[in-house]
Amino acid sequence: MPDKKIIYVDNNATTQMAPEVLDAMMPFMTEYYGNPSSTYPFSKKPADGIRSARKSMAELLGCDPAEIIFTSCGSESDNTAIRSALATQSGRKKIVTTAVEHPAILNLCRNLEKQGFPVVYLGVDSKGRLNMDEVHAAIDEDTAIVSVMHANNETGTIFPIVELAEIAHQNGALFHTDAVQSVGKVPICLRETKIDFLSLSGHKFHAPKGVGVLYRRRNTPYKPLLIGGHQERAQRAGTENVTNIIGLGKAADLLLAGATQEIAHIRKLRDRMEQGILASCPDTFVNGDLENRLPGTSNIAFQYIEGEAILLHLYHDAGICASSGSACTSDSLEASHVLQAMGLPFQSLHGSVRFSFSRYNTEEDVDVILAAMPKIVKTLRDLSPFGRMNESK
Amino acid sequence: MWNYTEKVMDHFLNPRNVGEIDDADGIGDVGNLVCGDAMKLFVKIADDKKTIKEVKFRTFGCASAIASASALTEMLHGKTIEEAVQFTNQDIADYLGDLPEAKMHCSVMGMEAFQAALKDMHLRHPEIPLPKNMPEEFQDKIICHCFNVTETQIRNAVKTNHLKTVEQVTNFCKAGGSCGKCKGDIQKIINEIVPPEPATALACSCNESSSGCTNFKTNLERIEKIQNVFDKVVRPALKQDDGDAELVDVKKNVVLVRLLGHCASCPTANITFKNWIEKILHDEVSEAIVVKRAE
Repeated sequence: MPDKKIIYVDNNATTQMAPEVLDAMMPFMTEYYGNPSSTYPFSKKPADGIRSARKSMAELLGCDPAEIIFTSCGSESDNTAIRSALATQSGRKKIVTTAVEHPAILNLCRNLEKQGFPVVYLGVDSKGRLNMDEVHAAIDEDTAIVSVMHANNETGTIFPIVELAEIAHQNGALFHTDAVQSVGKVPICLRETKIDFLSLSGHKFHAPKGVGVLYRRRNTPYKPLLIGGHQERAQRAGTENVTNIIGLGKAADLLLAGATQEIAHIRKLRDRMEQGILASCPDTFVNGDLENRLPGTSNIAFQYIEGEAILLHLYHDAGICASSGSACTSDSLEASHVLQAMGLPFQSLHGSVRFSFSRYNTEEDVDVILAAMPKIVKTLRDLSPFGRMNESK
Repeated sequence: MWNYTEKVMDHFLNPRNVGEIDDADGIGDVGNLVCGDAMKLFVKIADDKKTIKEVKFRTFGCASAIASASALTEMLHGKTIEEAVQFTNQDIADYLGDLPEAKMHCSVMGMEAFQAALKDMHLRHPEIPLPKNMPEEFQDKIICHCFNVTETQIRNAVKTNHLKTVEQVTNFCKAGGSCGKCKGDIQKIINEIVPPEPATALACSCNESSSGCTNFKTNLERIEKIQNVFDKVVRPALKQDDGDAELVDVKKNVVLVRLLGHCASCPTANITFKNWIEKILHDEVSEAIVVKRAE
């Protein structure tokens, strides 16, 4: 649909690349094409660029630059961390994770399970929170690694990863967190924690797609996934994706300079939108742990109507891009595993829509959403055979 | 990405014949909130007791569910019952230009709603004759009385989704999910469609329990057994992860296996070997077997 003004509120899926990031990358796509591993001065620019990007990432995460490994994406980082732990934690085979992880972790664990590694998938309560007694019971002397996401991509629920890392270490296990959604949104200082591995992905915070980081705590035992050249101190083979790494470093710099204001900005937009929708659309509620939630994420259940129909109307009526946990939006026809794990009732499960904000969203975006939503909900409820008894007489 | 035709979008954004008919002659109510789509179809017959005079619907579901229902009402309007029973779900899809593969069930739901409405009409108004050309599925037998699930629905669910257990059938169409009385009938339907694998398929003919039986008459029989387990159990499971393996050689108790596909480059392949393939061969053939990797 050409010339349509897009209101992009699906920033947990991906984000717009920052113009500053693109500017920083451009010279490395044209002029400075040298291989950073080469020895002549022509390769100094790319080598320095990577060094400086590593420093920026380390500063953002509160760790040492030597603890940053550049990868191609969050999934690669996740795979590397988990497989490394299984290969190095001799005598320990078990993985402890949660039922609400991203498929990057869940499908990896299911795959490893078939290969003989026992996996415990911790359940969550109706707000998406772990039961700490179950955590303590699950982690034992056979546990090689505990992997719990920092923040859930669908609901924004934040997990107590600092505490979880402590528990893992008390039992001699390693701890990994998939922090793809939380970078720049939940401040973290890794050197003050016992976290061994952390995965992140550039395109979730205005860097390009195709670049990620695996943080590996100094002295945490390690076995690389990609074997070959000695890039990344022999921790990840393959010629560095120089331009994307430069972009990632710039995106980290932007967060170092402005994350605090950005967090306040997206929280304000999110809260106004959420309050507005709850007030103007009956039979709606917010999913997740409202006390511990990403500042820019709102997952709203619209009862008795279906998510894909809502999304299609949002886009068609007002150019709004959001996402849904509805079965009909997935290829598998299976509703969101996260909302199912939370035990959400079916009349709300299929009608849940996620809105996620970024620094580029504006108050006008919220105005458009608030203007469009009540009409869409009414249209679809008028069509729906359910929920009529709850209508105001 | 949505891949809907303009006609689907038109019927989704401007659905025809939405609502209810207070004095409907038949009401078809299919689907439910659990599955994520549901439809209620109201049919009114003209005084000639043959022609469909009015059709209205309500749908809970995605764009294609709404469009399918809307299209169906347009298709049925003014047709005789005799003409209407000839429609299939493919006719709904054709009417809409096309439906994405994963959304064909929306058109199926439309037809089911119409069938249910006709049955309901027959109960309410036995005087309205049902046409002689009624397809078989219209005279369906209800298997699960709690959820009103018919034999055809169960058959279709089993066939389409390759279901093997009663529990799976319950997950797919709710049948058997409440009082459970019909579970035996559901099992019979499954057995007709998917014959149960004979328990002895992999076992030795000595009638001992399959695990631990080492009474092979000949070494050849033993190799055949290993090959059988390999082809029927090991390879299909590996293939699920885009992997594969081949049996290279059997020397006494040593089974030489080469991993292929994803398995070949998998860093945990040795564990695949020791813990998994070996365990299967232990359970199915003999505890003495050692699996080794052929390079």
